[in-house]
Amino acid sequence: MSGKRIGAFICHCGGNISDYVDEEKVRAAAEKESGVAVAKTFIFSCSEAAQQEMIRTIQEEKLDGIVIASCSPKLHLTTFRAMAKRSGLNPYMYTQVNVREQCSWAHRHEREEATGKAIHLVRAGVARTRLGVPLTDLRIETTPAALVVGAGVAGMRAALALSDIGMAVYVVERAAEVGGRIPRWGRMFPNDRDGAEMIGTLLQAIRGREGITLFTDAEVVGKSGSVGDFSVVVRVRGVEEITLRIGAIVVATGFDPYPPKAGEFGYGLPGVVTLPEFRELVAGANGQIRYGDREVRNIVYVYCVGSRQAATEGHPHPNLYCSRFCCTAAVHTALLANGIDDGVNQYHLYRDMRTYGKSEILFEEAGRKGSVFVRYADDAPPVVERPDGGLLVRVRDGLLGGEEIGIPADLVVLVTGMVPRENANLVNVLKLPIDAGGFFNEIHPKLRPVETVIDGVFVAGAAQGPKTLAESVASSMAAVSKGAALLLKGYVDLPPLVAKVDTERCTWCGECEKTCPFDGAVEKVRQGEKEIACIHPALCKGCGGCVPVCPVEAIDLEGCTNAQVKAMIDALVREAV
Amino acid sequence: MATVAPSGEGRPKILVFSTNNISDPGIDLAGSQHMNYSSSVKVISIPCSGGINPNWVLHALEAGFDGVFIAADGGDCAYLPDCTTRTARIAERAQGMLKERGKDPRRVKMAAICSVCSEPFVSHMRQFTEALSKL
Repeated sequence: MSGKRIGAFICHCGGNISDYVDEEKVRAAAEKESGVAVAKTFIFSCSEAAQQEMIRTIQEEKLDGIVIASCSPKLHLTTFRAMAKRSGLNPYMYTQVNVREQCSWAHRHEREEATGKAIHLVRAGVARTRLGVPLTDLRIETTPAALVVGAGVAGMRAALALSDIGMAVYVVERAAEVGGRIPRWGRMFPNDRDGAEMIGTLLQAIRGREGITLFTDAEVVGKSGSVGDFSVVVRVRGVEEITLRIGAIVVATGFDPYPPKAGEFGYGLPGVVTLPEFRELVAGANGQIRYGDREVRNIVYVYCVGSRQAATEGHPHPNLYCSRFCCTAAVHTALLANGIDDGVNQYHLYRDMRTYGKSEILFEEAGRKGSVFVRYADDAPPVVERPDGGLLVRVRDGLLGGEEIGIPADLVVLVTGMVPRENANLVNVLKLPIDAGGFFNEIHPKLRPVETVIDGVFVAGAAQGPKTLAESVASSMAAVSKGAALLLKGYVDLPPLVAKVDTERCTWCGECEKTCPFDGAVEKVRQGEKEIACIHPALCKGCGGCVPVCPVEAIDLEGCTNAQVKAMIDALVREAV
Repeated sequence: MATVAPSGEGRPKILVFSTNNISDPGIDLAGSQHMNYSSSVKVISIPCSGGINPNWVLHALEAGFDGVFIAADGGDCAYLPDCTTRTARIAERAQGMLKERGKDPRRVKMAAICSVCSEPFVSHMRQFTEALSKL
């Protein structure tokens, strides 16, 4: 026996568990488990009173491990780890056993079976704790400097905000000019600010900051180190390489406008343009909207081009998402066109009008100013033709019972959505995961919306998914606060649940290094006579992907070691008393 | 909606390997929605399904489980972009090991269970329970 003294605490959760599970039976069975010194039940183990009693028990009974059978670890793993710490127990000597979501609630009509299962689950928890070892968080000192990749609005705002907090900031922009997409788009919703003017103001502010260094015509070509202490290599003007030491990275690389395929809604025909192309036309108009040498009187907008696509031959990898900004951008552009020439006729062929939130006001206004809105069905998209010199758009109007109407047009505007920017090199350097649509992936869309699986790397703006400018800046500010929270503290504690190598067993075959996607996490080192694998705790993400490839079971994931998992399996099938 | 799984002794014992952040929340959700599945289903949760050691699967079947279900991360995995391929390879390796030992490879099953996949999980458990009863 390990000689450990383990406490087993069984929670009633009011009645959420005890109504369906015989808690006393579970407690009695737990008490008989080898290594268990004390077993108690609690009405609500998460209550302050119960935690105090647990702390007292841990101290009085001199426990060196605990198991709490309660709700899902998603709810209280951190609560009880903190409680363990307050009691003086190593927080990693605690195992939470889920007897609510995965037992009492799922087996409400079988009290005896649910009780038997709960006993098995508790035994497995005890087995895990029995083989557990006290672990210490990995503490890493942070460098108070940040890298912002991309100098569009999101990136520029991020740089200024990080500088406000006192961080040194490096901004790396691939293009020769800052500003991204918007300087050529003229006045934008919701407040008609001019894109070029906005970027000009931001650039001036950045130039006025001593703490911000801006590199244009530059790319990030290398990254090493880990959260709080990265070393990145920036290549400037294709030749000069600069190495920067930074603690956090904000990725704000933006989007590309969807490029329609030739022939898609008539794209390629004279007079068929994308929304960004039309924005430029409107921004440059002087009293009259002109296309080539012709005055534009009839404008037809086709919505949802490149968004919410179905899989077809033409689009084997369709963009399933909505691009969010385009309905509002098109309606706003129509209002700008009205402002230039109130004689224009504008027809909006849409699928679903998503001018959500305050933008609904713009939609209302466009209608009042004479824009005509025609809804088309998903399976009956408009057809753009050029039969005899002029453009003609045919569409079935949902409100007219599907009757086909033909609209002669001087200009057809394809309301194009957003696609991920081509960033293969950056993805490769940063090892950022991308989602099904090709945008950068956050850890959790609701709870951790700007953090990525690469600790210390945050995503901001449309690089993460389609966003309006306002949403882009909001996410950029979120990324700044997460990054600064990390750097201001001065250190970062990483959970120690990472892979470790049994140096006796390892004979270096290289399989773990081959399988690990995290740069530098696995390294070949010499130990005495032989070569073995060394896993760097700060670089290991703790996925355990190397565990199944090791032919000699020399790799264990802390908290889920081979021995622990096998002991849990044994405990789960051992006959209940 | 869910019917109670066949009760009593002799139900196939199923071990589920689930993952802390993806499939375990899906399995939790099944309980939160009070969906029933066999109480002979027991879950061990780990960080990522790409980290399941095929030896654990073999160990479970030799120790007395009738089937092992790998609730894979699928495309949602935050660690490994190729998690599905890796997990499938692990399941295949485990099946190969079973065949070598004269055991039925159908005792190992894998499906992606997402963080809201309560219904798919319960239906997999029902089907797997039935399938194992027939082996």
